Amino acid sequence: MSKIRVLVGTKKGTFILKADGQRKDWKVSGPHFAGWEMYHLKGSPADPNRIYASQTSGWFGQIIQRSDDGGKTWNTPGSSRDELKGPEGMPRGESNKFVYEGEAGTHKWYDGSQHPWEFKRVWHIEPSLTDPDTAYAGVEDAAIFKTTDGGKTWKELPGLRKAKGNLWQPGAGGMDVHTILLDPKNERRIYVAISAGGCFRTDDGGKTWKPITRGLKSLYELPDPDAEVGHCVHRIALHPSRPDVLFMQKHWDVLRSDNAGEQWTEVSGNLPTDFGFPIDVHFHEPETIYVVPIKSDSEHYPPDGKLRVYRSKTGGNEWEPLTKGLPQKDCFVNVLRDAMAVDQLDKCGIYFGTTGGQVYCSANGGNSWNAIVRDLPAVYSVEVQTLK
Amino acid sequence: MIRVVLPFHLRNLARVDGEVELAVSAPVTIRAVVDALEARYPVLRGTIRDHGTLKRRPFVRFFACKEDLSLESPDTPLPDEVVNGAEPFLIVGAMAGG
Repeated sequence: MSKIRVLVGTKKGTFILKADGQRKDWKVSGPHFAGWEMYHLKGSPADPNRIYASQTSGWFGQIIQRSDDGGKTWNTPGSSRDELKGPEGMPRGESNKFVYEGEAGTHKWYDGSQHPWEFKRVWHIEPSLTDPDTAYAGVEDAAIFKTTDGGKTWKELPGLRKAKGNLWQPGAGGMDVHTILLDPKNERRIYVAISAGGCFRTDDGGKTWKPITRGLKSLYELPDPDAEVGHCVHRIALHPSRPDVLFMQKHWDVLRSDNAGEQWTEVSGNLPTDFGFPIDVHFHEPETIYVVPIKSDSEHYPPDGKLRVYRSKTGGNEWEPLTKGLPQKDCFVNVLRDAMAVDQLDKCGIYFGTTGGQVYCSANGGNSWNAIVRDLPAVYSVEVQTLK
Repeated sequence: MIRVVLPFHLRNLARVDGEVELAVSAPVTIRAVVDALEARYPVLRGTIRDHGTLKRRPFVRFFACKEDLSLESPDTPLPDEVVNGAEPFLIVGAMAGG
């Protein structure tokens, strides 16, 4: 029988939740990396026991961790004294070295001036679909890095910041590459989304990138509501069977594109509010999508104190609230952009974590929900592995 | 030997329990001690000083003999008590909360 492993990144450590395919009885391990902010963890599709993790701290900066045994033990890649000897015999220990290529350059600052790019942390790690040693890291200040040696060293793909990076301007949450989508049918195509930067695509493996924002409107958020860059894209998602169809949760508005981002159309429809962070797609139904409406950008909690996931089975516009098992009064948590995921079982499981420390699971596509855990630190990210 | 005390999270990261002892050639400066520390424990690179600039991270402080040395030049010689091992060199996570 298949097994499920849920990787949870929180404000104060990592937790790993395991269950069989019934998804009823869960075992919880953690905290791993206790006290550290764990922005994201993700397993390699090519080797599920290899898991990459972003460990970060306001005091001590960025650490990359890697497990090769499904999360039982962890190491910083390449920092053992037997590896990566430098020319003078010293270990180099460069797994947490994220240095922009060439002149770091500048981006737009709050007062309209230009400000130097400064690395702060890794928000998201996206392992290659085919090679366990290859992964991409989305970082703040916004850029994308790549490793081809299992995380021992990271090199920027600088073409992304050449896509009008001088015009990107951080929002209150920073300026970061938080979403990286790899096209399963075209290894040279990658999508990224950037808070207060927009949405971008490469068709040549990361050398050159172009904004894909036609149709996005950010009235009263940008001087030009139809600008090519600067939109605050919160999350994008795709179904592996149709990688040209993209779904987006923007700061405000839920949208879709049917041509790889060339044109976007709003599909907010009857949502109670179209502000929110995560968006995801059912594993077996490419037109079934999920969002968690949040009241507003001033009030980061659900409308009316009711935690509701909204599902559309029509790829947007027509939405239904999913409430069974979720608190329907006095609930004022948020669900962050990387904190929703789906499994691959026949009855697709949907998972999300909250800033109140709950991780919810629906084993029936969202019809009903159960809390796997309730009292973790604020959840930053949730990823699910379906283990055969 | 130079005695170095690391903060909790960096002890965990380096997988050490107590103080670290380092052999450092004269002149014994902040830079020389941190260089030796990072050479012994490469996992600490980037956690005390920025990778690119080698500047002290904003919320990391250096103390010795009850004195805050954080704002001293990295090339300032450390006190004799640190050099002869009577006192440790302390790397501290700064008070930075609310």
